[in-house]
Parts: sequence; structure tokens; C-alpha cells
Amino acid sequence: MTTPLIEMKDVVKSFGRHHILRGASLTIEKGEVTTVIGKSGEGKSVLLKHIIGLMEPDSGQILFEGKEFKTMKKAERKQLRSRFSYVFQNTALFDSMTVYENVALPLKEKGELSKKEIAERVATRMDQLDLHEIGNKFPSQLSGGMKKRVALARALVTNPEIVLFDEPTTGLDPIRKNAVHSMISDYQKKFGFTAIVVSHEIPDVFFISQKVAMLDEGQILIQGAPQDIQQSKDPIVQGFLRGMEANHDALTGLGTPTQLERRFEQEMELQKQQESNFSLMVFTVENLEEINDKVGHVAGQTMVKNFAAWLQQHLRPNDTCSRYGMAKILAVLPNTTRKDAQKVCSKLARAARGEKITDAELYPGFCFSVSAGFAEATDDSPIDTVLAAAESRENMLYAFRITK
Amino acid sequence: MSVFAGVVVEPVSATGRKTIAFIQEMGRMFIFLMHSVLHMFTLPLQFVKIITQINIIGAQSLYVVSLIGLFTGMVLGLQLYNALANFGSEGMLGTSIVHTLIKEMGPVLAAIMVTARAGSAMAAEIGIMRISEEIDALDTMQINPIRFLVSPRLAAAIISFPLLTALFDVIALFGGYLSGCKLKGLNDATYWYTVENSLVMEDINGGFLKAIVFAVIVITVCCYQGYTTHMRPNGFGAKGVSASTTSAVVMSCVLILMADFVLTAFIW
Repeated sequence: MTTPLIEMKDVVKSFGRHHILRGASLTIEKGEVTTVIGKSGEGKSVLLKHIIGLMEPDSGQILFEGKEFKTMKKAERKQLRSRFSYVFQNTALFDSMTVYENVALPLKEKGELSKKEIAERVATRMDQLDLHEIGNKFPSQLSGGMKKRVALARALVTNPEIVLFDEPTTGLDPIRKNAVHSMISDYQKKFGFTAIVVSHEIPDVFFISQKVAMLDEGQILIQGAPQDIQQSKDPIVQGFLRGMEANHDALTGLGTPTQLERRFEQEMELQKQQESNFSLMVFTVENLEEINDKVGHVAGQTMVKNFAAWLQQHLRPNDTCSRYGMAKILAVLPNTTRKDAQKVCSKLARAARGEKITDAELYPGFCFSVSAGFAEATDDSPIDTVLAAAESRENMLYAFRITK
Repeated sequence: MSVFAGVVVEPVSATGRKTIAFIQEMGRMFIFLMHSVLHMFTLPLQFVKIITQINIIGAQSLYVVSLIGLFTGMVLGLQLYNALANFGSEGMLGTSIVHTLIKEMGPVLAAIMVTARAGSAMAAEIGIMRISEEIDALDTMQINPIRFLVSPRLAAAIISFPLLTALFDVIALFGGYLSGCKLKGLNDATYWYTVENSLVMEDINGGFLKAIVFAVIVITVCCYQGYTTHMRPNGFGAKGVSASTTSAVVMSCVLILMADFVLTAFIW
């Protein structure tokens, strides 16, 4: 078994009479996005501040690659901390400095690079984060989403290996929330850092995480893959997820993954009782990363939103449609055989041709490409199996290509 | 019996608690000062930041220090002239002004003016940086906040305070001349002759030394109050910042006067 990148063991932290962490244990694997969820005031930010060393635990251990932080020498601690970056909830940009000065600050203060090298590195990062021509502006002159990106640029300019995000989407609208999530996911893949995210956004944040941990009563109640958390039978976990999950997806207005899964189970019951058929259809935006790259994350999420609205109009009233991932929409089609599902799919493909479904046509030179797949649910197969079948090559129909 | 004991013991223990808290606070402030002094010399030296701070603490205070200096000198000239005239020794006006100004009023008033102008701004600025997590952000970027925020201010104040004091002294002497000679009709030559004769380099140096001590006090107190805004029990956010600024100014002024007394009583 490989040593985890970060391991917290029974971390306890109190502020006076307030016991915030009561033996929290968490492992973070290298190169993954780990999300910490939990109620407000549970100490998620405190947990994050322990990882980066802004706070020290009253008792318990924090190990980095198997070595305890407390026992490290000063130089070793410094070297370790230089591998981290932290994106604050309220961005914590320096209001009296320009955007350029903010992003350049960590490099400038280290004094290892020349002025020219710093300028080049800052320009590269700002370009990668779509921050063009705002170098001379002050943070107060920027929109909330842009500030988040400047904060991210400042965090990434030192090429960190571990980036901590403290509620990165607080106070943003659904499109920008999803844009920030897709930004974290895309850059994490691009730069390969390990991300630790503290968030309330359920289920959106599950789409980008490889691991989710839930903090409750000062302890990590459960940690594991997002689907394991969602399928957990623990009443506290289920209560929390149900409480946090809205009754529709904020970006697209479609249903949530839980609603879709419930519908799937209902249809499965009906199938057993009445021998009716039903199918599952999956739509995946194949080139969302390319879209994000070329026209930005906000435009990318707007296209997904517009596509979802179009899809809902064109599906039958009885079909249940939910967002199931960052770029994935799933529909349960009742009373539909595989053949019927294929027909529906082809019909949708035909309807899509020439229609202005998304804003893609505004951006010449690339397309908004959606793959559609379908599969009929058979006796007692779980949703994952049917989904895998729908996504298999023989059932995939590349249909929605909107180009100019 | 226990109620009686409580009544007797409580004031004593409250005094004890407050004394311990005060001494602890002083200790923390001293450690804060030591860190700031240490980081003044850690490489790379922060020349640009020091010059920026000299501009804020020193250059931008020139106008207000000159104005206060002029009026202080004029008031001293008037009052001392009237007092001395009672004994027929108006000729000693220059000497009296020199003794009052150079060793006492120059450094003290210059320091109090800078506290009001730059010290309060410093406490508020650092306080806002603290509550908006900018100081935590410095920490996460491996930038020492004391080195980044306090050391350049301390260096700049140590350079600026004696210079501002010198300017204050010169303008106040001129103010004394205006009211003593031009308003009250004292002979110009007598005034400047007595001023020149009573000025001793030792006194001027003493005034400068006081100015340096006051610089250290003002910067330490104002920056410390701003830096620890989040730890104040009596207010968070904007209220915390306002409380920090108030106590920074009040504490600086009190400590300036206390230090002035100590330095005068035991050194000169």
C-alpha cells in the first residue's frame, strides 16, 4: 500500500470552550480532488488550515508522505509549505495592489527570479486563466468570478503540488459556480496538482471529486468515492445529503442525480410487476474541456445550460431528465424498448441539426459536440451497468454536432 | 462566609488577572518588536518598501508637522515672553524656547502628530488586512507578514522621526521668533543670539534619541494593534478595526509621554 500524500490522525482542536475538531482522521491521495463536505460551522475551514499549517492541532498527528509535520526541521517545514497553495473563501487579494502585483507577489517576495522571468510567468498563468488585459486593474474593479480566477492564478503561479480551496464558489450564481468547478477540474488535470476542496455545493462538487469526506461533530464520519458517499446507508450522511441537495440542478433546471436514481428504481419495480420496458439515455458533451479552453468556463457552462433546456423541450413529458456529471445528462425513458430509444435518439439528432441550441454558433471554428447513447434496462441491473451499456461503443450515436 | 470571602478575594484576583494580562500583552508586543527588528536585516533588504514608507510616514507628514511646529513656537513665544517680561528678562526668550523645544516638545509633539496621521492609518490598514485574511494569505505564500508589513515601517520611522523632529524644532524656533520679535517687539539679534548660545549638540542628540525611541514605540504599538485585530475580545470585523485604531493611537500617545518622562528623569 502506498503512503498517502497527507494523513491526519485523530486531530483535536479547541478554541476556548469550543471543541471544533474532535479526533478528525483523513487521508489525501496524490493527484486527486478530495472534497470535504459538512454543515456550516463544523470546522471544515479549520481542518484546511491545519493541513497548510496556519493552525496547529492541540493533539493528534498530521503526516506528509508518512512524516509528521511537528517532527520536521525548520528548513524541511519551509520546503514542504512551499509546495502548497491556498485559495481563500473571500479570495484574500490585496486590495491596494493591482491584479498583476497580486499574482506576481509570491514570486517577487521569494527573490529567486528576475523581473523579466516573473513577468513571463505571471503572463502565462493569467493567459491560461483567461485574465487578459486586466493586469492594471484593482481587485475591487473586478467581478466575483474574475476575482476567484485572479486568486487561483496567484495560487498557481508558484507551480504548487497541493492546492487547497476554501469554499471556492460561495456567493456565485449557478453558471459561475459550475464554471469554477469545471475550472478546478480542468486545471487539476492540466497541472496535475492535488486539490482539497471545502464545499457546500452538493451534488455539483461530486462531479469533480475522486474522493469525498464528510465532517460531522468534529470527526470525519465517512470518506470515499462520491458514489459510495451517495449510496451510504448512514442516516446522518443521508440526512445531510438530502438536506443540502436542492430539488433541481441549479445550472440546468433538470433533476438531481438522486431523483434520477429514484425514478430508475421505480421503473425497475414496475418492470418486475408489469413487465414494461424502459431505457436509459445518456448525453455527454464530448468537448467541454476544449470549449472551456477556447471560450472560457462561463461560456462552456452556459452552453451546457442551453443544451439542457433544449433537451428538456424535445424529450417526452414522461421522461425524467437529470444532470449526472459535469458534462453528462441522463434520461430515464419509461415504456421504451431499445429500438424505441434509438428512434427517440435519432429524432433528437435530426431536430438538433441546424438549430441554434447553444451559443456555439457565436464562436466560429469549433463545434459543440454531444454523444448520445441508449440502453434498455434489464432485470435488476443496477443503474451503473445500464449506464455503462449506454455509453458502450455499439450504443453510442454521435449526433449533436453544432458547427459553423 | 463564602460570599464574604468572594467579596474580599474577587477584587484582588481581578487585579491579578488584569496585571497578568497586561504583562503578557507587553511581552507579546516586545517579541513582535524583536521579530520586526530582526527582519529589518534579513535578505533581500526591502529598500523600495522602506522608501515608500518614508514617503508615507515622513514626507507626507511634513505639512502637518510644520504647521504644528509653527503654532507651537508662536504660542511658546507669546507665553514665555509674557512670563519672562514679569521678571524683566525677555532677553532670555531664545534660551527658554530652546530648552523647552529641543529636548521635550519637539520629539513629543512630532511623534504625537505622526501617530495621529500615520500611526492610525497603519493600525487600520493592517487591521483590515487581518480581517480580510490577507495576512493569512501572506503566510500561505511563505511570506513572513512581520517582515513584509512591519519591518519596512519600523526602518522608515527610525529614519523619519528624527528628521521630522529636526524640522519641527527649526520651524518652532522660527514661530517663537515671529511672536516674540515681530509681535512683542523683542530685538531680533538678541533672540537669535540667545538661541545660538543655548543650543548644545548634546541636547539636539538627546532629542533625536528620544525621537528614535518614540518611532519604535509608535510603530510597534500601531502595527501590533492592527496585527492582532482578530484576537480582540470586544469586536470583530469593522468594529474590531475601529477598536484597534483607537487603542493604537491612545496607547501610543500614553507610552510616548511615559517614555519621555523616563528618558528625561533617568538619562538627562
